Amino acid sequence: MADYRGIAVFCEIKGDKLLPIAAEGLGAGRRLADALGQDLSAIVVGSNIAGVAPQAIMYGASKVYAVDDPLLKYYQADAYVNVMEKVVKQIMPAVIIMGQTDIGRDLAPRLAFRLGTAVTMDCVDLAIDPESKRLLQTKPVYGGNAHAVFTTDTNPQMVTIRTKAMVATVPDSLRKGEVVNIPAGLQAADIRTKVINRVLEEVAGIKIEDAQVVVSGGRGIGGTEGFKQLEELAKLLKGAVGASRPPCDNGWMPDTVQVGLTGKIIAPELYIAIAISGSSQHMSGCSGSKTIVAINKDKEANIFRYARFGVVGDWKKVLPAFTAKIKEMLAS
Amino acid sequence: MNIIVCVKQVIDPEAPPSSFKIDAANNKAEMKGAPPVLDPYGEYAVEASLKIKEAKGGKVTVLSLGSGLMREVVKKPLAMGADALVLLEDEAFTAGDSWSTAGALAAAVKKIGQYDLILCGREASDTNAGQTGPAIAEVLGVPCVTLARKIEIADGKAKIERVTSGGYDIVEVPLPAVVTVSNEIGEPRYPTIKGIMAAKKIEPVVWKPADIGIDTSKIGAAGRRLKISRLFQPIHEGKCELAAGETPEELAANLALKLREAKAF
Repeated sequence: MADYRGIAVFCEIKGDKLLPIAAEGLGAGRRLADALGQDLSAIVVGSNIAGVAPQAIMYGASKVYAVDDPLLKYYQADAYVNVMEKVVKQIMPAVIIMGQTDIGRDLAPRLAFRLGTAVTMDCVDLAIDPESKRLLQTKPVYGGNAHAVFTTDTNPQMVTIRTKAMVATVPDSLRKGEVVNIPAGLQAADIRTKVINRVLEEVAGIKIEDAQVVVSGGRGIGGTEGFKQLEELAKLLKGAVGASRPPCDNGWMPDTVQVGLTGKIIAPELYIAIAISGSSQHMSGCSGSKTIVAINKDKEANIFRYARFGVVGDWKKVLPAFTAKIKEMLAS
Repeated sequence: MNIIVCVKQVIDPEAPPSSFKIDAANNKAEMKGAPPVLDPYGEYAVEASLKIKEAKGGKVTVLSLGSGLMREVVKKPLAMGADALVLLEDEAFTAGDSWSTAGALAAAVKKIGQYDLILCGREASDTNAGQTGPAIAEVLGVPCVTLARKIEIADGKAKIERVTSGGYDIVEVPLPAVVTVSNEIGEPRYPTIKGIMAAKKIEPVVWKPADIGIDTSKIGAAGRRLKISRLFQPIHEGKCELAAGETPEELAANLALKLREAKAF
């Protein structure tokens, strides 16, 4: 087991930029590396990505393994699993960290089973056991009703991390690091799946994952008309509109604004939950918000266990008055 | 088209969070007063399989694993329109992780023999791991596409819309393949009376570890690679300050004042 050393972070990129989840992974990885007294490395995979390695170093990696190949331009499981298998066998890290994103969800299990190890998905806390020096992997289970702590005896120890659950290292442009290029060694025939098209369903205005204020509605909003009222408040607060699952399943709101375990995980400064009961599934997506405000007619609703402030009442009556009051306050 | 759909019996995820209880000694959880249900994520996979069957014809075989599987739970896909049910039912199959569970399911798939498509839910509502589908694909050596919101079959291939953070990818994959299904596929259909009657007549095929030629050291709790060291309920302070007032206007104004005092906006 002593052969496996160091922490490696699979860094997701968009174009030639490191994504926030990669910086969060490097932040978590840096702390684990320091606890073990070992190195932190970054793995970047893509096409024309020479500009990315310095960013990974800025965020704490002392070594960057870069795999740059036209076949890796877009994520495809077969290509990425093969490449990652090769990289991991070369660098033999004790821990691999990925993001719980649409890529991490797909890649991490495939890679873990390919390598004969295990992975814990969607971790919200990572720590080194002081005695065994093994990784303690904490993840929500039962839709967020409970947390479980996992360990594994197999190597490498793999995890994906929840968006915004880990703190990124403060970037330092003076930090030094080494870049190692690894050839992909891929054949087009290795890739059994074929991506025909990538469809972006961008919403107008601020993206929900970037917004500092999110106004979200649940089943009780009743339809698209109701959500227009939420939009008015969101606009006033320079925020975005979100939804729990039922409004998305019913087609009132696009799937891309669904907040929850299977939707977006967000952590805005202010989260205003309107007619949302607060299922564990939904709270998984917003419980990291700094201040949660609830408007719900059921005083027993689970949302009030998470909310800092609230009103028990019918949103149809309370919301227009609330929006008017906020408007008045912002104007004065 | 031969489709195998993997489903799971779970504690009811829709039960109120207040009924959720942990048995810390055994690292297990239950929903007090609520009977187990078919995992809702698996129901989306069943729905996807029935949509394909309607379009292309074929047979849908449902596969589940556990012990003490309640027939009214695991037969629900049959009542929705699936054709056959195979149960890996034995104490030895239980308390596994994604790896040991997928190993047993893959062995059962091999024994079933003919398959073009294996469908799973995007994750299970109890473990929230989302690993079983990709793991089955790795064991069987077939391609895998996760998070499907639409599946179309043509010319020995599946064309899949795969959910991404900003929209979706359209991915083509040769069959046989494993596909995990997301809730965007659409609400699962309700069982019809006719379906319920038909399901009553279908006897599940029950297999033990020896029936699928798998060693008991490789399945269930014995085959785990992930060890669970602790299961606990995170504590929420529950210190919600409710705004006071007699009318909606007063309630709204007092809430706004509280938010301004707290500098929340």
